[in-house]
Amino acid sequence: MTTETAREVRQVSSRGLGAYRGYRPPPGMISWALHRVTGLGVLLFLLLHIVDIFLVNYGPETFNELLFLYRHPVFRIGEIVLVAGLYYHAANGVRIILIDFWPQAYRYERQLFYGVIAVFLLAFVPTAILMIRAILV
Amino acid sequence: MATVRPHVGRERPSGGFELYSWYFFRLSGLLLIFLAIGHVVIMHVINTVDEIDWQFVADRWNSPFWRAYDWLMLFLALLHGLNGARLAVDDYIRPQGWRILAHSVLWTLAIVFLIIGSIAVLTFDPTRFQAIAHAGG
Repeated sequence: MTTETAREVRQVSSRGLGAYRGYRPPPGMISWALHRVTGLGVLLFLLLHIVDIFLVNYGPETFNELLFLYRHPVFRIGEIVLVAGLYYHAANGVRIILIDFWPQAYRYERQLFYGVIAVFLLAFVPTAILMIRAILV
Repeated sequence: MATVRPHVGRERPSGGFELYSWYFFRLSGLLLIFLAIGHVVIMHVINTVDEIDWQFVADRWNSPFWRAYDWLMLFLALLHGLNGARLAVDDYIRPQGWRILAHSVLWTLAIVFLIIGSIAVLTFDPTRFQAIAHAGG
């Protein structure tokens, strides 16, 4: 082990898990954990959504009757959470692709993470306002 | 001092199925940013679940464009999501038997949901029900 590597190892161990590079950048493992949680959450909804759209084949009465589920206030809130998850997953996914295909990206990992948060907020805040307004009207 | 890129992110698989899935994960992700976010904006922000009903779906799927759009999204989202679930399985489920079981469940979900989703998107024929509605009164 060279001195350089030894120093690196010491630094990593003293900084704990936060020192993981790449997808699990210094701003905690938060970005990585959120990516996985939002991904699995959207997948779960997708499976439900495929089942409900399959029911269009059973005609207007069956399909429309089941829509009370999606019009329920609890689902309307869940719908906004779903959009938040999707937007985060999309923004952070771009960061992952940049890290994979742009060799210098790791130098800017903190900035990229802040960029993800900025893009997420820019997209989500107006969307959430419109969706909440639609519920209240 | 030679600058060596530190190990960043998930290592690119060296070949075979894992390499294809690595590329598919990223390419489908990029396409889904447009497909899924476009879908969300049209179906959850511009229109809401208050307006969407069976007739809305029937009108929308009159257009081959939207059927193709929805089918492509179904295909990419389902495989992208289940590939993510597969990686989560590999991270958390260690015993060989459970791992095989979990992978089998994911592949089964992929096949079953791809089939029922495709039936919904590709075979839905609204005139069948409209004819009944007219005959009925």
